Amino acid sequence: MWKFIIRRIIIMFPQLVLLSVIVFILAQMMPGDALTGMALDPDMDPAQLEAMREDLGLNDPWYIQYFSWLGGVLQGDFGQSVAHALPVSDLIWVRLVNTFWLSLMSLFFVYILALPLGLISGRWNDTIADRIITGYTYIGFAAPLFIFALIMLFVFGFQLGWFPTGGSVEANTGGGLAYFWSKVYHLILPSLSLALIGTVTTVQYLRSEVIETKQKEFILTARAKGVPEQKVYTGHVFRNSLLPIAAVFGYEIAALISGSVFVERIFSYPGMGQLFLESIQIRDFSVVTALVLLFGVAAIIGALLSDIILSIVDPRIRIK
Amino acid sequence: MKYQLESKEVMSMTENALLSATNVKTSFRIGDDYYAAVDGVTLTVNNNEVVAIVGESGSGKSALAFSILGLHDRFKTNLEGEIYLNGTDLTSVSTGKLNQIRGKDIGMIFQDPLTALNPLKTIGDQIVETLNLHTKLTAKEKYERSIHLLKEVGIPRAENVHQQFPHELSGGMRQRVVIAIAIACDPALLIADEPTTALDATIQSQILDLLNELKEEKDAGIILITHDLGVVAEMADRVAVMYAGQIVELADVFSLFRNPLHPYTRSLLSSVPSVKDEKEMLHVIEGVVPSLPKMPRQGCRFKDRIPWMEDNVHEEHPELREVENGHYVRCTCYKHFYFPEEEEELAHVDTNY
Repeated sequence: MWKFIIRRIIIMFPQLVLLSVIVFILAQMMPGDALTGMALDPDMDPAQLEAMREDLGLNDPWYIQYFSWLGGVLQGDFGQSVAHALPVSDLIWVRLVNTFWLSLMSLFFVYILALPLGLISGRWNDTIADRIITGYTYIGFAAPLFIFALIMLFVFGFQLGWFPTGGSVEANTGGGLAYFWSKVYHLILPSLSLALIGTVTTVQYLRSEVIETKQKEFILTARAKGVPEQKVYTGHVFRNSLLPIAAVFGYEIAALISGSVFVERIFSYPGMGQLFLESIQIRDFSVVTALVLLFGVAAIIGALLSDIILSIVDPRIRIK
Repeated sequence: MKYQLESKEVMSMTENALLSATNVKTSFRIGDDYYAAVDGVTLTVNNNEVVAIVGESGSGKSALAFSILGLHDRFKTNLEGEIYLNGTDLTSVSTGKLNQIRGKDIGMIFQDPLTALNPLKTIGDQIVETLNLHTKLTAKEKYERSIHLLKEVGIPRAENVHQQFPHELSGGMRQRVVIAIAIACDPALLIADEPTTALDATIQSQILDLLNELKEEKDAGIILITHDLGVVAEMADRVAVMYAGQIVELADVFSLFRNPLHPYTRSLLSSVPSVKDEKEMLHVIEGVVPSLPKMPRQGCRFKDRIPWMEDNVHEEHPELREVENGHYVRCTCYKHFYFPEEEEELAHVDTNY
């Protein structure tokens, strides 16, 4: 078990190195550099600019630049955001925290909905309950998130006024508990919109997995042993049905920091998705590069987590 | 006088029988209609007896076994008739009671050991699960019992295997585990549904030896479902030949192999390759077992597969009749039956199993 995890972590390192090289090359391929903006200033002397370039190491070969960039990244230094005049790491950190809570809450809703719905509709397939649940999943599949989120915002935010229509926290809230509740209050509507649409894949996955598992021969073995029906499901069907869900769960945890462009935009929630979109629009490349790297690292860590989770729940995965 | 005595014997046999199934009819729903896959089977199994059920795929062997355990999906199956096990009618007991009987009084061995075990549970857990359900042993006693069971079915390093997962064992080992689970509570009746089909020949004979030992030691009755006539000859005390949901011939194993009567039995026996005589071609039974909706429900069901026989040799309502002591045959067509290539059967008559 531990051997497997350690081996899996060692495999991760070359992946990370490759990712950083690709991200760096992509950043280099983008037109201009950190000083291009200054060249537009008529007061700027081109010779002085060139000296600055030399000074900053921008004329060094790419691998020297790469290692100096990597050295910064490893210490959490992603450079300066041109647009915000802030260190990129500070800028990202605020958004990262916001996005983390939003994603965590929507992940919570996704599974709290998906587990019972998927298990019920799989166990009693082709009953009325199952038809209603699959009907919901079809609607969820068909409804685009950006439309659905808008409707949620309109109905519960504007018409009924039950929830705030934007932001991540009420201005001028004191610290402590009031601040916390205000945060949660702002999170509910966007995270619920995300979850109601996002959960349908998991529901369908679970449903078909339960239906498949309950026809397996070891379920017959269990029945032939005299295992009562309820225990056939709790002891044999469900755990086996959760394997593919467990396989994607790691990715979902890693995706906690990636955020959702649509929902953050619609609920004007200051998160990573919004930041990414804005930075591309205003050509704030140092931020874009940092975000791409971060999302890539998240994906790699997600794969690692998935493998570890799967190896915990499925003994067949454990490599000796 | 003699006749009376015989019928008395039959009576007492039925009364003392471990399992007695009467007119079992298992119908599956296809679309809006029910079609009988097992159609009026009457069968008894005694203690310390192996009753083999043979027949092609689709003849209703497994459907019968599943009916005994009530393993069919209740919503898609209609079960008629009576199945008495030690005086309890399995067809009419509650689900809760049935669950107490399954695993305790009846053990089931499945065909494919590769899929019959839960891949996520250790071997030990899967054996202990049965003990949990049917015994009041302490945790330590259960552990010891499961180790004992593993040793009993011939698994080396039982303590190790106890903690292993199914995928870590070979097919033969897994089948032993399946058997260990089936016999965990010393069931009076063991149902083995093609227990050796998925195994290679050497492992096959080991598993069969194991079943034989269990029969002797535990005084258990065994229903052995198979389409391997070699297995039948080696294991069975009595044989029921099933075709299209019905028993067409029922006899003790010696009578059946020495004097097979029903055309279906004779066809089956002559389609077995033999070491003794050289044949260019094996006998092939024409056609296939008809699918459920297409199964003939009237007259002799085997009629269509022996088309060279005249129609009037068959009975209109074929019944299973005792033609010799303990030897039952369905339909009168056996009296007239011949193979189209006569020499084929002649070559086979003196083959000893």
